[in-house]
Amino acid sequence: MSEVPAVKFNQVKKQYGNLMALKGVSFSVEEGAFFGLLGPNGAGKSTLINAMSGLVIPTSGSIEIQGYDVDRSYRQARRLLGLVPQELIADPFFSIQELLELQSGYFGLKGPEQKAWIGELLERLALSDKADSNTAQLSGGMKRRVLIAMALVHRPRVLVLDEPTAGVDVELRKTLWEFTRELHQQGHTIILTTHYLEEAEALCDKVAIMQSGEIKALDSTVALLSRHSYRYLRVSLSEPAGGLITPLQARLVEKEPNGLVFKLEKTASLTQLLSWLHESQLKVSDVSSRDVSLEEVFLDLTSEGRV
Amino acid sequence: MQSNWIGCWALFIKEVRRFYSVVVQTVFAPVVATLLYLLVFGQVLETQIETYSGLSYSQFLIPGLVMMAILQNAFSNSSSSLIQSKMHGNLSFVLLSPISPFEFYIAFVAASIVRGILVGVSILVVGMIGFDLSWQSPLWVLVFAVLSAAMMGGLGVLAGIISDKYDHLAAFQNFVIMPLTFLSGVFYSIHALPGAWQKVSHFNPFFYMVDGFRYGFFEQSDVSVYLSLSVTILFLILISAINLILLRKGVKIRQ
Repeated sequence: MSEVPAVKFNQVKKQYGNLMALKGVSFSVEEGAFFGLLGPNGAGKSTLINAMSGLVIPTSGSIEIQGYDVDRSYRQARRLLGLVPQELIADPFFSIQELLELQSGYFGLKGPEQKAWIGELLERLALSDKADSNTAQLSGGMKRRVLIAMALVHRPRVLVLDEPTAGVDVELRKTLWEFTRELHQQGHTIILTTHYLEEAEALCDKVAIMQSGEIKALDSTVALLSRHSYRYLRVSLSEPAGGLITPLQARLVEKEPNGLVFKLEKTASLTQLLSWLHESQLKVSDVSSRDVSLEEVFLDLTSEGRV
Repeated sequence: MQSNWIGCWALFIKEVRRFYSVVVQTVFAPVVATLLYLLVFGQVLETQIETYSGLSYSQFLIPGLVMMAILQNAFSNSSSSLIQSKMHGNLSFVLLSPISPFEFYIAFVAASIVRGILVGVSILVVGMIGFDLSWQSPLWVLVFAVLSAAMMGGLGVLAGIISDKYDHLAAFQNFVIMPLTFLSGVFYSIHALPGAWQKVSHFNPFFYMVDGFRYGFFEQSDVSVYLSLSVTILFLILISAINLILLRKGVKIRQ
């Protein structure tokens, strides 16, 4: 692995009038990482991503893509970066094929090799039969695929996906997951922002949680999950529950029609729990446990408590 | 820092293909509108307005109308493309690429020149069929056509950058570009104006572009052709400098 980080943010600030959208963000993304950038709406994720891509000029601070400053060495930095924007952008004047050829041209790429790569992208993203369609006439899912093809047309080392699965159906979401996993395996550094935290949990090896323009947490996904020393136990009941003894009442987090969910310290013994259940005279038909999810970690770290 | 002229060329081609894909609206419509001006004003004012010696009013009018069409269409091309790209969000495709502010500017201005000249030539061809029009100095015609279209393409880039919505651009077009082109001596020689209005006309940069362009046809003009050339070049440099500063800073496009 290279010692130069794929992306390095150094005290990046962005101010819009009285609003400080980014308050001196500093962190690095290692080359080859599958990195998740999470945060509630308005946390500053898109501003940070746009600053990295050159779509926003920061008020102060610096950003490097594989050692190239996005301002001073913008040509090299932009050649290394591909961005799939959140908005479903189209250009009503051109077909998919034309857009991909133009985008290649902007990066100084042309010739048979580039044409072959465009063909491969169209094929891989199931766009071949729509290559001559106008982009404005495509469905949301198709537009998303076109944007991914556009971001990959210059074979960037770092791919940034800003909410790639927002508003797409389950099948396409699965396809996009597989595709990004494949790109990651090929050596691309992937930076993903998403509102679907199970998506980040499944895909990302490292996660940063942003809130109000600041990084609240930055760690490997495993470490973030293990920070929380509790787990959840779901107790299924064959008869409705009556009263609970105090230690159980204190740990109860959810009442379901046929069961109860308790939040239990990882150090607490299962024997103790069963004893409390017995003392409460509950008719237990089943007990299942699960570890804390990234969503719960996220909710703990962000005061808004919503994604 | 190395250049990216392939990128600049691709952007230029994109801009040309954009206006060519709606050629009826971007070329044919302005040609027809301008020819209507020629038909109506030429007929009505043929004997009313005094122009240069030995010239009919229609002969005098044609170069002015051609230049007016070049100015307006060069402006429209860059300004409407930029505002549309900003509104649709697809400007980000270009902004994400390694195209420099200078290459970006050159591509937009060059496409504006192509559209302006295409409309101008179309009007000129039709005008030459109906009227006896001579070219005393074709080089001056070409120089003024290209420089003026470049200046207006640049002004269109500026309007596209600073406009946040179509309404802003429409205001710029209707309250700045339209009056300045109509009052630039397209329809008359400024010598026919009262003294005060003659002086005011000298503060209108479009007047020098029309006057210099007309000189190329008749070798007669209201002011020296070198003065017209200097003013045109000066404004081109000024507008380009402002644009390059704004593009470098990312004003209203990288925010």
